[in-house]
Amino acid sequence: MHIQLKNIHKYFGSVHANNDVSLTIEPGQILGLLGENGAGKSTLMKILSGLICKDSGEILINGEEQDLKSPADALRLGIGMLHQDPHDFPSMTIREDLQIWDQRSGRANHSAVDWQALMKIQEDLGFNLDLDGSVGELTVGERQQLELARLLWLGVELLILDEPTTGISASQQEILFSALKKLAGQGKTIIFVSHKLEEVKELCSRAVVLRKGCLIGEREAPFDENDLVKLMFGRQITRTRTAHAGTRDVCLSVQKLNIEDFRIAIENVNFDLYAGEVIGLAGMEGSGQRQFLQALAGMKQPSSGHILFGDEDLFGKNCYDYQKRGIFYVPSARMEEGLVPGMTLEEHYILSDCEKRVFIDSKKSHKVTEDRIQRFNIKGRAVTFSEELSGGNQQRLLLSLLQDPAKVLLLENPTRGLDIESTNWIWSILRERCQAATSIIFSSADLDELTFYADRILVFFSGRISEPLDSAGLDEERLGRMIGGKD
Amino acid sequence: MNEFLTNMAGVIAAATPVVVAVIGETFSERSGVINLSANGLIVLAAMTGFAAAYLTGIVWVGLLAGFLTGAIAGLLISFSSISLKQSQVAVGFILSLLFRDLAYFLGTPFMVIPGPTVSGWAIPLLKDIPILGPLLFDQNVLVYFSYILIIASYYWIFHTRQGLVLRGVGEQPISAYSRGIDVNRQRYIYTALGSGLIGLAGPMYSLSIKAGWNGTMTGLDGIGWIVLSITIFGGWNPLRGSFGGYLFVFLQWLGLALQSYWTNVPSQVLQVAPFPLMILTLLFVNIGDTEWVTRMLATLPRGVRGAFYKLFRFLRKPPPASLGVPFERE
Repeated sequence: MHIQLKNIHKYFGSVHANNDVSLTIEPGQILGLLGENGAGKSTLMKILSGLICKDSGEILINGEEQDLKSPADALRLGIGMLHQDPHDFPSMTIREDLQIWDQRSGRANHSAVDWQALMKIQEDLGFNLDLDGSVGELTVGERQQLELARLLWLGVELLILDEPTTGISASQQEILFSALKKLAGQGKTIIFVSHKLEEVKELCSRAVVLRKGCLIGEREAPFDENDLVKLMFGRQITRTRTAHAGTRDVCLSVQKLNIEDFRIAIENVNFDLYAGEVIGLAGMEGSGQRQFLQALAGMKQPSSGHILFGDEDLFGKNCYDYQKRGIFYVPSARMEEGLVPGMTLEEHYILSDCEKRVFIDSKKSHKVTEDRIQRFNIKGRAVTFSEELSGGNQQRLLLSLLQDPAKVLLLENPTRGLDIESTNWIWSILRERCQAATSIIFSSADLDELTFYADRILVFFSGRISEPLDSAGLDEERLGRMIGGKD
Repeated sequence: MNEFLTNMAGVIAAATPVVVAVIGETFSERSGVINLSANGLIVLAAMTGFAAAYLTGIVWVGLLAGFLTGAIAGLLISFSSISLKQSQVAVGFILSLLFRDLAYFLGTPFMVIPGPTVSGWAIPLLKDIPILGPLLFDQNVLVYFSYILIIASYYWIFHTRQGLVLRGVGEQPISAYSRGIDVNRQRYIYTALGSGLIGLAGPMYSLSIKAGWNGTMTGLDGIGWIVLSITIFGGWNPLRGSFGGYLFVFLQWLGLALQSYWTNVPSQVLQVAPFPLMILTLLFVNIGDTEWVTRMLATLPRGVRGAFYKLFRFLRKPPPASLGVPFERE
C-alpha cells in the first residue's frame, strides 16, 4: 500500500500537535517513526487510522485522496493500528474479543468467524494464544500478539504499531520483531512508532523523526545513533550514572513474608534493604512485582511474615501507618492511581499537604507550587490540569508530591513509556534522594535500566523471587534467562 | 398445596412487569447508558397505555403505546446524554419526576374508569403438566412473552455477535470504536429498545395486574427504583435479574401472607421488609470488595479463603466499565 500524507495539521486547543507533516511510505517497508514523548507521533498515527480527524491536509492512499472520518473508514481501506494500550476487551475471552468488529468495515473474505484462518496466522507468526483464555489474564505482550493477529485476520495491509515494545518481555519482543520482518517480506507496509533507537535500528529500513509536532528529518538505514538522538532532542544525550550511595545500615528487613491474592502467591521472601540502596525488581509483567510493592507499602495485607522497620514490625498495619514512617508507593498507572484528573497542579500540592486546617493557605500553596514546578522542572503551570501534562511530566508531578523525609520509595515502573531525557532526569532526582539515605525499590521491564540504576536485583518469576543479585557485573543474558524462568 | 400454587402463579404474574423492566434496564446499561427515569416512566406508560387501550378499545394498542412511550423517552435520554453529553444521572432524576407528574396531570380524564384488560389464556397441553402447568402456563400472554424475553435476551447478550458488540460498547467503547463499530448508534438503539421495555411494564400494570388508571393511588410509584436496584443485583444478566424480580415479588407476598400468622408484628413491618432485604442482598453481593473483608480473608486458612474468594467472585459482577460515561474519541 502506498501512502502519502500531505501538510497534515492538528491542534488540541492551543497545542499544535502536528505541524505541516508530509510523508510518503512505500509498500513493503518498515518505517520507523521516532520522537520523544509528546512529539506528536501518536497523534499523526491516530489520524492515519481514522481515530481522530486532521484539521487540514490530505491523505492519499494508492494515489487516491481519502477522507478518514472513523476507524471504520480506515479499516475498509486496510489500515489497522495497534495502540499503545491495546484496544481490546479484558473482561472477555479471546474468542469473544475477536468477534467484536463491524462486518461492513472488515476486508476479510470470511463473512462468519473463520477460526482456522486465525490459527494459521498465529502459527505463521509464532504466536501461541489459547482462544478460550481470558484477555484480562494475558500479558501486555500477548495482548499485542492478539491484536496483531486480529488485524491481519481482518485483512489489514498497513499496520501501525504505537510503542509496541513498552511493557513486553525480551522474548516477546523477539517474536514480535521476527513477525514484523516476515510481514514486511509478504508486502505489508508497517509503521513502527518508538522512542527507542536500538529497536528502530534493528527493524526499520527508513526512519523519520518528529519533534514538537514537526517532521524534522528522515534517514535511511544504516542509521547513526548519535545523529538520530540529535534529531530527536536537538542535542546529544547520554545516560549518566551518579555515585552509589548504599550503606550497610539496614533500613527495612523483610522476613518470611508470604503474599497471596486471586492471581498469585509469593512465598517466603527474605531480604534486607539498606539505607540509600536501590533494589530493582526484574521479571515479566504480572509475576508478582506489583503485589510485592503494595505489600511493602501496606496497601496489601500479606498473609504472614514480618516487615521490620527499625525495631518495629509493620505487619498488619495499613498504608497510613507506613506513610507516617516515610514509606511511600508510586503506582505505575499515573493517571488512574496516582493523580486526580480534573485537579490542577496546585490542588495536587494542597491535597498532598497533610496540614490539618479548614481553609487553604493560598499564599503558602502558591509558593510551594511554584517552588516544586521549578525544582522538578515540570512543563506546566499551577493552573494546568494533571491530565493535560505529558507522561513524563505526570511522572515528575507524582514524584514531586512525595513528602520529605522519605525513608523508602516503592516505585512501580517509574519510567514506563518515558524517553531517554525524562528517564535520565527522573533517575537523577531519585539518586539525589539516595544520597540523603532514602532507599528505593523499583520494578521495570527494561533490563538496561535495571542493571544501570539498581545496586541489587530481585528476579520475579510467577511468584518466585530470586536471591538478591549484585547488579555490578551481572550478565544481562543470564538476567534474561532468569526472567524467563530458565535459570 | 393447591392454594400455594395459585399464590405462586400470582407471584409470577405480578413479577412479570418487574422482570420485563429489569431486562430493559439491563439492555441500556449494558450499552453504557443508565436510565434513571425508570420510575416515572413506568407510571407515565401505565397511563398512556391505559388511555390508548381505552380510546381504541384494543389492549394491544395500549401495550404498543406503553412501549412507544418508553422508546421515545429512551431517545430523549440518548439525545441528552450522547449527543449533548449531559449527565445521565441529573437528566434521569429530573425526567423521573417529570414523567410521573406528567402522568398524574395528563391522566385526569381517565381516572377510575373501567377499561379493557388482557385476558388469561392457558396453553393447551402444557397447562396439564403437574405443578409446572398451573404455575407457569395458566397465565396470560404477557407472562408468556416475558418467558420468551428472558431467554431471548440472555441468549442475545451472551451468545450472539450482536450481543458481544453490545457488551463491548459498554465495556471499552474506544476499543469497539477502533474496530469500526458506531458506538453512539449502538447506544441509541439499545437505550431506545431497553427504555421501550421499561415502558411496556406500565400497561402490564394498568391493563392487567392493577387494571385501570387510578392516578396517585395506582401504587406503581416506587417500582422503577426497585427495578434499578434489581438490575445491579442481577449483575446485568437477564437470568439473574429475572430471578431478582421474582424474589422481590415473592418477598412482598410473603410479607402479606405472614401477617395472618404473626399477628403481633405490625403489618407495616412485614410490608416494608422486602426493601431492606433487597439492600442487604446488595450489600452481601458486593461485600467482597471492601478493604476490611479482604484484610480479614487474608488471615484465614487457605482452603476457607479460597472458598470465600470463589463465592464473592460468583456473587459480584462488575458493572459495564463505561456505564454512565459519554463516549469521546480522545
